[in-house]
Amino acid sequence: MKYLIGIIVFVTVFWASAYAQNEPVTNPVGLKKLPAVELKNLDNKTFSSGDFFNDGKPIIISFWATWCKPCINELTTIADVYDDWQTETGVKLIAISIDDSKTSGNVSPLANGKNWDYEVYLDVNSDFKRAMNVNLIPHTFVLNGNKEIVWQHTSFSQGSELELIDIVRKVAKGEKLPSE
Amino acid sequence: MKFKNTRLLLFSILFLFSFTRVNAQGVEKFLKNSQISGNFQFDGMYYIDDSAIGAPDVPQKVLMNAFANVNYTNGPFSAGFRFENYLYALQGYDPRYKGIGIPYRYISFEKDKFTITVGNSYDQFGSGLVYRAWQDASLGFDNSLDGVNIRVNPWKGITIKGVWGKQRFYFEHGPGVVRGGDAEFSINDIFSQLNNKQLRVSIGGSFVSKFQEADDPVYKLPKNVASYGGRGTISYKNFIVNGEYVHKINDPSTINNRIYKPGNATFIQLTYAQKGLGLYLAAIRTDNMSFKSDRDAEGNDLNINYIPSMAKQTTYSLPAIYTYGTQPKGEFGLQAQGIYTFKKKTKLGGKYGTSFSITYSRYNAIHKKQIDENTPIDSTGTLGYKSDYFKIGKDVYYENFNFEFSKKVNKVFKFMVDYFYIMYNSKVIEGHEIPNIHSHTFVVDMTFNINDKHSIRTELQHMYAKQGEGSWAYGMVEYTIAPKWFFSVSDQYNYGNSITEKRLHYYSVATAFAIGSTRIALNYGRQRAGILCVGGVCRYVPAANGLTLSITSSF
Repeated sequence: MKYLIGIIVFVTVFWASAYAQNEPVTNPVGLKKLPAVELKNLDNKTFSSGDFFNDGKPIIISFWATWCKPCINELTTIADVYDDWQTETGVKLIAISIDDSKTSGNVSPLANGKNWDYEVYLDVNSDFKRAMNVNLIPHTFVLNGNKEIVWQHTSFSQGSELELIDIVRKVAKGEKLPSE
Repeated sequence: MKFKNTRLLLFSILFLFSFTRVNAQGVEKFLKNSQISGNFQFDGMYYIDDSAIGAPDVPQKVLMNAFANVNYTNGPFSAGFRFENYLYALQGYDPRYKGIGIPYRYISFEKDKFTITVGNSYDQFGSGLVYRAWQDASLGFDNSLDGVNIRVNPWKGITIKGVWGKQRFYFEHGPGVVRGGDAEFSINDIFSQLNNKQLRVSIGGSFVSKFQEADDPVYKLPKNVASYGGRGTISYKNFIVNGEYVHKINDPSTINNRIYKPGNATFIQLTYAQKGLGLYLAAIRTDNMSFKSDRDAEGNDLNINYIPSMAKQTTYSLPAIYTYGTQPKGEFGLQAQGIYTFKKKTKLGGKYGTSFSITYSRYNAIHKKQIDENTPIDSTGTLGYKSDYFKIGKDVYYENFNFEFSKKVNKVFKFMVDYFYIMYNSKVIEGHEIPNIHSHTFVVDMTFNINDKHSIRTELQHMYAKQGEGSWAYGMVEYTIAPKWFFSVSDQYNYGNSITEKRLHYYSVATAFAIGSTRIALNYGRQRAGILCVGGVCRYVPAANGLTLSITSSF
């Protein structure tokens, strides 16, 4: 038994000393990096979510589907003010459709038909949706310039877009969010 | 002996730690790269006796479904599991979802162009006609494959996948083993000189085989059943054409009444899209293409493949009463859709733009003919029937015409007007011996923004129908305080039912609170019995009355 305690003490000291010599470990569950999952763009080209790019400016990721009314409502509402948002904050909106093969053919006609200026990707078997832990859509994320998730929200109601752009403004200026 | 083992264990720990001591930097990096994320959902319902709407008796009074996903990632390594809980499952979910368990768990890592996953995986080959493992919690559908999933990108533009395992079956596994492979070649990515060409081509092929023991005393049943197919996509400027053809060898099953006819399916889509205009045309023909890892499985159990439905999906509650469910024995469906947005600041476009869309979809039976004079169609143990590929069956299963007009008038007011014509063959889709239902529905959907945060939305719907449950009226008022609060009151009234006692009100009151990624919703009221469909898979939901609490969150 003595022997056992001895080993435990030894190991603990040993372990602790390993850290004493190095810089303290930063919070291991800090901001989450965007997972890299394969998606398809509207030209059927494979694209990894890890390659989303907005030159160090904020990114909005919005999960939607052609059969989801509040999602289309959200994206149409933002489309009206998207030019202003881009000029002001440099933000880019990436719309991820979770339509499966039943309705994925409708995505491009709808996104174009509605005159949306977003980057649109297809997540036909919900791989990215799973990796981002999305349960219900619409589900919207805001990423900072390092492509770390700083904010997210489920559901859309008229006026929610104002909270969203507020968050984006703060992120663009590098201000801390209340949730951080 | 016991002590010796403990000592051995401790020495191993010591060894490990001394290793990390040397690699303290590595430990730090390891912890920095560690990420845990997940989500949670809870749905609980308190049931109130309501014999008027035909709500079944619920002896437990309260029922609940809940699950939590937890994922851990560290660079190329990831692992996770889903904890599921049904004590007991909500009405409308299969009662075999019972108890508590971890039916989904996996470990995955990426190395040298390989991604290897062991445990449960979701995946899809092409449009899913030969293989699709997927999940939808709201449907209670999950056919994840428990086994091995390997994906390799040996060259830019080439993706090869392999799967091997058993399908999840509630808290167990199905009896059959599923093995398959798929390859996709994106021609423009393979040959660098074609990278920036406007004409883009990709082709693919897949093969899936299932194995199941067979010891039928009468019939010689195939133990191995293979299904395979090829596909291609061509895009040029604003056009995309995409097609897939698949074949399945003879596979006598409960679904096809144990006939030995091989199956096949064809799916073609044509898309044209430019700013302000989108056109879509699709056709699907399936013939005996139900593919399950257990030949005796029924309903949505143990599906290996996925047959997409071409019927327009709507979220408006009255037209959604008549939602098409795909017919596993065979069907011919098509859909045409056009969507157009008038330019802003033109006479028709107005300041904020105006858009409309037209959709038409239709499902027919496939052509079927007796194999010979003496054998009726679908006779067990025979080839079943003959089908002329280019002839369409006379029976119409479903028809839908939808026109939608939407306009934002000013910052305060926007509206949408919808018209739906739906022809629904209840005999084929639901097995009810009633005449085909022809329904006409008008929807007016209006939103008023009181100020930046407060808004009111109303939905008025009216469905006219002589057959089935007759005519319905629906009204709903929604009040939202963005971004957190939501309140709604609605009533669905079956005033035109030919049976006077069934002229019932289905009232409902709901509220929800959303903060960040958490949403809590409370709903009180009646739900009508019906079919709930998501993505071509449907489940029957019995009538219910009661109080529902839903909580969803992710972290």
